[in-house]
Amino acid sequence: MSDPHAITRKIDRRHMQVSDEVAIQITSMNKWYGTFHVLRDIDMTVNRGERIVICGPSGSGKSTLIRCINRLEEHQSGQIVVDGTELSSDIKNIDKVRSEVGMVFQHFNLFPHLTIIENCTLAPIWVRKIPKKEAEETAMHFLEKVKIPEQAHKYPGQLSGGQQQRVAIARSLCMKPRIMLFDEPTSALDPEMIKEVLDTMIELAEEGMTMLCVTHEMGFAQAVANRVIFMDQGQIVEQNEPKEFFHNPQSDRTKLFLSQILGH
Amino acid sequence: MSGLHAQTAPFVRDTMLPPEPPPAMQSGVVKWLRENLFSGWLNTILTVLGFVIIALLVQKFLPWFLHSVWDAGSISECRAIIEERWGPGAEGACWAVIRERWPQFLYGFYPAELYWRPVLAFGLLLIAIGPILFTQSQRAATSFITLVAALTFVSILALGQHNVLALVFVAALVAVQVFAPRRLMIFTLLYPAVGFWLLWGGSVWIPVVAVLGFVLGWLAFRLIQPAGGSILGAIAAVLVPVFWWLFAARLAAGALQGVVPLGIEAVRSDRFGGFVLALTIGVTGIGFSLPMGIVLALGRRSDMLLVKTLCVGFIEFIRGVPLITLLFTASLLLNYFLPPGTNFDIILRVIIMVTLFSAAYIAEVIRGGLAALPRGQYEAADALGLDYWKAQRLIIMPQALKISIPGIVSSFIGLFKDTTLVIFVGLLDPLKGITDAVRASIEWKGAYWEPYLFVGAIFWIICFSMSRYSMYLERLLKREHR
Repeated sequence: MSDPHAITRKIDRRHMQVSDEVAIQITSMNKWYGTFHVLRDIDMTVNRGERIVICGPSGSGKSTLIRCINRLEEHQSGQIVVDGTELSSDIKNIDKVRSEVGMVFQHFNLFPHLTIIENCTLAPIWVRKIPKKEAEETAMHFLEKVKIPEQAHKYPGQLSGGQQQRVAIARSLCMKPRIMLFDEPTSALDPEMIKEVLDTMIELAEEGMTMLCVTHEMGFAQAVANRVIFMDQGQIVEQNEPKEFFHNPQSDRTKLFLSQILGH
Repeated sequence: MSGLHAQTAPFVRDTMLPPEPPPAMQSGVVKWLRENLFSGWLNTILTVLGFVIIALLVQKFLPWFLHSVWDAGSISECRAIIEERWGPGAEGACWAVIRERWPQFLYGFYPAELYWRPVLAFGLLLIAIGPILFTQSQRAATSFITLVAALTFVSILALGQHNVLALVFVAALVAVQVFAPRRLMIFTLLYPAVGFWLLWGGSVWIPVVAVLGFVLGWLAFRLIQPAGGSILGAIAAVLVPVFWWLFAARLAAGALQGVVPLGIEAVRSDRFGGFVLALTIGVTGIGFSLPMGIVLALGRRSDMLLVKTLCVGFIEFIRGVPLITLLFTASLLLNYFLPPGTNFDIILRVIIMVTLFSAAYIAEVIRGGLAALPRGQYEAADALGLDYWKAQRLIIMPQALKISIPGIVSSFIGLFKDTTLVIFVGLLDPLKGITDAVRASIEWKGAYWEPYLFVGAIFWIICFSMSRYSMYLERLLKREHR
């Protein structure tokens, strides 16, 4: 068996429905780092409820793509519309989009000087202006959901990598986002911790969250994604539903990549 | 072949090993000595040499300390006593000079009947910063504040200047700390006005209108910000108080004083000296240079070209110029630039220069702390929708300041010691100004070592306390965040 993290549990698909409503619309978007053309003419539509896995070799621009969606990276041409708000240099729009789009990073990026519960309540209190008590109740709710309520008053440095990443997911969820972005959420984890994070992500998918996920966890892709996008050299090379994508890849580039990561 | 097999022979552990205590340490004084002092022939020689030097120093200075005279009216009387007690040619310390002149070292030429005011100002300062020094522990803050209050009581009573109102005020602050600790922060914010008023005296309305300037600035921000945005609001918040202080404050204070005359005896700046002066300049400089340094550090990292250029220019200019140059500018050049007749207090001018000087250094220290933070912290703050100021205040600064603590405290210590340079603009610093003044008297002409040792010891105690506090804070934060 090639995939050590193959998903064996049964997926509850009752709420995993893709609606016609457009959540993210990217039209002929380009981005350069200096003279290097990182993203080339990206066109992409994400509907509400979609679970998209983006994969590709390193340096293919997949992380940059999802970081453009909440404008951690700035695109130079084309258009990105998130939930009806176009991303431009207008700071108001950017803040609006960021408070609706949650993001989970490869290195968790928890705030080390704050306790877990403070990490989770900070943005709701200061951005959404929710009373502290209510924010703490919400935070505890999501910490229970990611199965670490008992760590609420510890500091991030006292938790394992897997626990930290689950806190990071809870922290994003506390803002009640409509879209979640995952930037290689399991790449920095020890093997035995990957599963607990994937489980949390699967539960999120089961609740119908719109998710864009940069990952190499093909088991996860096969289990919950409704679409897999393969990127190379800053372009979308191939996209398909998971079954077709894995069993019947069309482009040579995809075939090579799949044979390398699946190793058979 | 058999060797190969031996290495790859299958092995399955059937019992897991329980953890065992480490072997007993081979300790003892002899072992420690051998490891640390006599670990080789070179180290042995160095150790012996070190002991010889220590012995020589002790032999030279110990008699001088042992032959101390505390009770004498002049240096010649001192010498006579030493000669009489320990024989002709004996050398001894004449601490009598300190015993007789210590008020001058502490208070300069501050009016003797008003000594309670600097004492109270210093006590209130420690009470005001108590809650900040010990944010982590309510109990530590309360003990500290109670101790300081008790010492202030004792000092004022010992001076024989019982000011009942002052003592009641101190007691009230302790009560606030015990029953409503968060309220004490209000006093902390008001302290600069209270402290300056106690030191310089005069109408009570002067500090009131000065504080009013900040209130007006805050009001201006609240009024303008919803309509004109944060930048306009910030500009108004700066301009309104400045105009108030420059043009209206003096009139308002005069008018109020005319209606309700309230005040304490005024003390002119040329009466200031000694540690009252050093602490006034040092503490104000420390208090204002930290926020200013933070703003400069942020400005230097800003994307806005104008802000960045201004901050870089300011920092590099100030760091490229010796402090004495700035002090001379403060004392001489400013008088040419200001409109004739303006009486801009010399101590205030020096404080401004010292603050600017220290702020430039602190800005660079904090910039180092900012650069040490991983980019992910900024990205996580952004991704959660925190705006620039909230991200800085809640995420970036707490971590950057924590990293910068040793550097910041070093700057503070440097600043405090640099206050002795004010001698060059004619202010009586404790180290040279006051010791020279003391030696200028006929009785104490020729007392060299004792005044310097005394002043040095006080400087050392204050600086060492700052250093220990910084280590305490580092340990505390490290333990907490890990």
